[in-house]
Amino acid sequence: MKWETVIGLEVHTQLATQSKIFSGSSTAFGASPNTQASAVDIALPGVLPVLNKGAVECAIKFALAIGATLNRINVFDRKNYFYPDLPKGYQISQLAKPIVEGGVLTFLVPSTGSGQPEERVINLTRAHMEEDAGKSLHEDFQGVTGIDLNRAGTPLLEIVSEPEMRSSAEAVAYARALHTLVTWIGICDGNMQEGSFRVDANVSVRPVGQAEFGTRREIKNLNSFRFLQQAIDYEVRWQIETLEDGGRIEQATVLFDPDTGETRMMRSKEDAHDYRYFPDPDLLPVKLDEDWIESVRAALPELPAAMQLRFQNDFGVSAYDAGLLTGSRALAEYFEAAARACGQGKLVANWVMGELSATLNKAELDIMQSPVSSRQLGALVARIQDGTLSGKLAKQVFEGLWEGAGEVDAIIEARGLKQMSDSGELEKIIDDVLAANQKSVEEFRSGKEKAFNALIGQVMKASKGKANPAQVNDLLKAKLQ
Amino acid sequence: MSLSPDDVKRIARLARIEIDDSQALASQSQLNTIFDLIATMQAVDTQGIAPMAHAQEVYQRLRADSVTETDHHAAFQAIAPAVENGLYLVPKVIE
Repeated sequence: MKWETVIGLEVHTQLATQSKIFSGSSTAFGASPNTQASAVDIALPGVLPVLNKGAVECAIKFALAIGATLNRINVFDRKNYFYPDLPKGYQISQLAKPIVEGGVLTFLVPSTGSGQPEERVINLTRAHMEEDAGKSLHEDFQGVTGIDLNRAGTPLLEIVSEPEMRSSAEAVAYARALHTLVTWIGICDGNMQEGSFRVDANVSVRPVGQAEFGTRREIKNLNSFRFLQQAIDYEVRWQIETLEDGGRIEQATVLFDPDTGETRMMRSKEDAHDYRYFPDPDLLPVKLDEDWIESVRAALPELPAAMQLRFQNDFGVSAYDAGLLTGSRALAEYFEAAARACGQGKLVANWVMGELSATLNKAELDIMQSPVSSRQLGALVARIQDGTLSGKLAKQVFEGLWEGAGEVDAIIEARGLKQMSDSGELEKIIDDVLAANQKSVEEFRSGKEKAFNALIGQVMKASKGKANPAQVNDLLKAKLQ
Repeated sequence: MSLSPDDVKRIARLARIEIDDSQALASQSQLNTIFDLIATMQAVDTQGIAPMAHAQEVYQRLRADSVTETDHHAAFQAIAPAVENGLYLVPKVIE
C-alpha cells in the first residue's frame, strides 16, 4: 500500500523582549538559578500579572509579516496543570481568542534529486501569546528535582500550522522559513541551543487517496532541524510498519531520543490532561488600536519574500540563490551592500555562497562576524570584473582580506597579484614553455587534445598564476596553428 | 459536589497549610457553601449566550518592556522547604 504523510507543526518562539510577559524580571539567558524570578514569576500569593507591551508588539509584527488576521480584542486564558516548574498551577495562554489567526508562509523546498526546488505555501492556523514554564533539573540530584524559575514567565508566541506538510523535508523547510522570518523581523533571537525556537510535530499517515486523516502522534520539543527531520522520518516509518503489521495507531505524545534516533511514548490520549481552560480573571481582554498596528506596520523591515523577488529582478540571481541569500537578514544585507558596491550581483552571489560561506563555516563564524566586510568583497569582485584579477588570484586576495592584511588594491600591490596584462611578457613565457615541452607540442599536433591542457597548465605555472587563462588559451592556440 | 473533613485536610496538606480539626470543619462548611453556589450557577441555561471574558467593558493596561525587578531569591528561598545551589528542591517528578 502507498502511504501519505501528514504533518502539522507547533513552534514555540521565545520573544526577544527585555522583560517577562507578566513581570518586570529580566529574560536574559544564563543567569544564576532563580535570580531572575520575581514574586509574580514564583507565584507568591496576592501578586497580579501586568502585560508587557513589547510582547504584544512582537505578536503584531508576526501577524503583519504573514498576512494574518489580528484579533483586535484577544483574551488570555488559564491552562491548568500541575508540575513543579509551573508554580501557579496554571499557564497563562490564549485559547478561544488568540491574538493571531490565519496567515501563510511561502518557502522553497529543496528537491531531493537534481531538479528545481519547489515552492510551497502553508497556511497557519493561529499564533497566541503565552508564558514559558521554569526548568526542572532531574540529573544533578539524587531522588529530588531542582527547580530554576528564571525561565518562568518568558514570553512565547506559539505558532500553529495547518496539517499541510507531506514530508519531513517540507516540515524542515517550513521550520527553517519560519525561523528566518521570526529572526528577520526581530521578534525572536532564534537560538535553538538555548531553546528560543522549539518545535512540536504532529505526525500521521494515511493510505494515498484517503480523505480522512490518520490518527496523529505528537513529537514534543525538537530543538534542531536535524532532529526534526530524524524524528519525523522515524515516526513515519514506525506508524507505517505498525499499520502494515495490522496494528492501530493510538493518539499519543512522544519524545524523540537523539541518541537512539527513536521516538518513545510519553503519554497516551487516556492520560491526556484536561486543562480546564477558562478566561484569566486577573487579566482584562487585550485591545489593539489601529494607530498602534499601523505604526508597527510602518516600522517592519522589507520581508524575505519581497527581498527575494527584488534580488532576482535587480541582480539577476536565480530564485534558489535568492532564497539562500535571504537565509538571514544579516546575510541578505551583506550581499546587497557588496552587490551594490560593484554592480555585479551574480558574481557577488557566487562569492558569498561559495568562498565566503565556506570560510565562515570553517572558522565557525556567522556573517556578522565576517573579517571581510561587504565593501571589501564588493571591491574584490570589481577587480575580477575589470580583469585585474583572475578567479584564482582573487582567492589569494580574499585570503589577505580574511587575515586583515588591508584593502583589496593594497593587497594586490603588496603581494604582486595583478593579472598579467602585458601580452609581450606572456608571449615570451609561452615561447619558453613551448620550447621546453616539445613532446606535448607534437602530441597536440598529432591530435591529442589533452596535451593542450597540459601546456596551458605549464604556462599558468610559469606565470605564477598571474596570466589571464582566456588570454593564454588564445595565444597558445595561435602559436600552435 | 461536597467535601468531607478528610478532603479538606488533604487539600490543606497539599497547600502546606497547617489546619486543626475545628478549622477543618469550619472550612468544610464554607467550601461546601461555595460548591452550592456553583451548582446554582450551573443550573442556569446559557444556550446561545456569547461567552464573556470579563464583567466590565475595560481593557488590559500594558506596561513598557523594561526590567524593573531585582534579585530577591535569598528572601524567597528562606521560606522554601529545601534549596540547594539556588535551586528549589522538590520530590522527583519525571514524566
